[in-house]
Amino acid sequence: MSEFLASLGRRALGILATLGHATALFVDLVRNCPQSLRRPYLTTAQVHAIGNRSLIIIAASGATVGLVLALQGYITLSRYGAAESLGLLVALALVREMGPVVTALLYAGRAGTSLTAEIGLMKAGEQLAAMEMMAVDPRVRVLAPRFLAGIISMPLLGAIFSAVGVLAAYVVGVLMIGIDSGAFWSQMQDGVDVVKDIGNGVVKTIVFGIASTFIALYIGYESEATPEGVAQATTQTVVVSSLSVLSLDFILTALMFSTP
Amino acid sequence: MAQPHDAIGAAGNNALVSIQEVTFGYDARVVLSNVSLEFDRGKVIAIMGSSGCGKTTLLRLIGGVITPQAGKILFSGAPIDTSDRSSLYALRRRMGMLFQFGALFTDLSVFENVAYPLREHTRLSEQMIRDIVLMKLDAVGLRGAATLRIAEVSGGMARRVALARAIALDPEIIMYDEPFAGLDPISLGVTANLIRHLNDATGATSLIVSHDVEECFRICDFAYLVSGGRVVARGTPQQLQATEDPEVRQFIRGEPDGPVRFHYPAAPIAQDFGIGA
Repeated sequence: MSEFLASLGRRALGILATLGHATALFVDLVRNCPQSLRRPYLTTAQVHAIGNRSLIIIAASGATVGLVLALQGYITLSRYGAAESLGLLVALALVREMGPVVTALLYAGRAGTSLTAEIGLMKAGEQLAAMEMMAVDPRVRVLAPRFLAGIISMPLLGAIFSAVGVLAAYVVGVLMIGIDSGAFWSQMQDGVDVVKDIGNGVVKTIVFGIASTFIALYIGYESEATPEGVAQATTQTVVVSSLSVLSLDFILTALMFSTP
Repeated sequence: MAQPHDAIGAAGNNALVSIQEVTFGYDARVVLSNVSLEFDRGKVIAIMGSSGCGKTTLLRLIGGVITPQAGKILFSGAPIDTSDRSSLYALRRRMGMLFQFGALFTDLSVFENVAYPLREHTRLSEQMIRDIVLMKLDAVGLRGAATLRIAEVSGGMARRVALARAIALDPEIIMYDEPFAGLDPISLGVTANLIRHLNDATGATSLIVSHDVEECFRICDFAYLVSGGRVVARGTPQQLQATEDPEVRQFIRGEPDGPVRFHYPAAPIAQDFGIGA
């Protein structure tokens, strides 16, 4: 019994230590962001690496989700004679939920893993230690620009996902099924609130961007400097980021959309 | 005469780095126990010992990467304070470190790797950076390789690029972590000669951590032998070679058994195999 309690205590202490380390690194990163912005090319290069290079998968997924939403939405709406609300349904689903959440999950898989593997391999190859010994702080030079780039990229990727999804829904709903184009766009325009729907969607993508980029960087930075360690860290990034995004989405949705 | 104890070395007041009664360990495992060493300015000093004896730990202590649990380390007479990041970084700008496998930035070219500390710590013009980088690369014989990617250079060349990077800011001390490990005989000889010549040309202090007795003795002015977390001998290469201390002789001659046992402590062999009485 005492052995069990001791192991429980050790585990709890381990979790607290991890949370403490993570919080300290987060505060450090936020504090280092302005210093990192003095050399904007470091951040823009990362926006290109983690943002631009994620464009294809984001756009392709946005198109697929838009196509499926339009098909499923049309079947249900047409039962109630509300097929012309298809544009509104797809737009609300995309900007409020699907856009931010699916973009964040794809981002964790595409960019998050690449960040974790890159930082982990830099650690394994002693590149971070070499920077330290050259009096260059890796948190300012390596982590902060990537953190900023993630925060900048995520809302943009989320917006592209939703825009492509709406266009795909237009293709299915208007061009293929034959819903009136005017009704498709005007219902969307009337029903989607810029602040409440789009604004909250953007806030979600920013929060998800902060969470998944930080998780990827933290796990990479703390990873064991071995091939197994880096492999494990990469997997962990996807699992922890995805669960965090889904949990945060529930909390944010409850806060943002709890009143009709 | 080699001194098989932990008294402070004969470096006198000319010491650039002074390690005084330092103890360091990880949890219950003691890596260094009450060791004292001094490294004279302008000298090539070797710290030798078998793998895991605490040699690299000494470099990490000097670089302020880790903090001793007891004792102190002085650099140019001032204690190394690992709690103050800005003063620690100011100190590290006066140091150069060659990592065992180079630790080069694989996303940058050879030129950009050497230019890295210059770009980070100086406001020199692009022309000036170019000239300095080419001079440093020329010193290690790789001026012609400036445009190559890191993936295109061999292990020995990578070590030399890392050396050019380590001396880019003309440090007062250059620390070499296993500079001869994994090199072919030609690269090994080239690296050893470079360490000696660069030291003589720049007037820096060179600290080599290695277990390559032959190469270390060929180029160093003074050597320490570390074993079991203690300094077991110190002296010039000639003094160490002449010593009668059995542990030093075993290490220098590479004998498999002696004071350092070949077998890890274990139960009697008959007991493990269930034979005999």
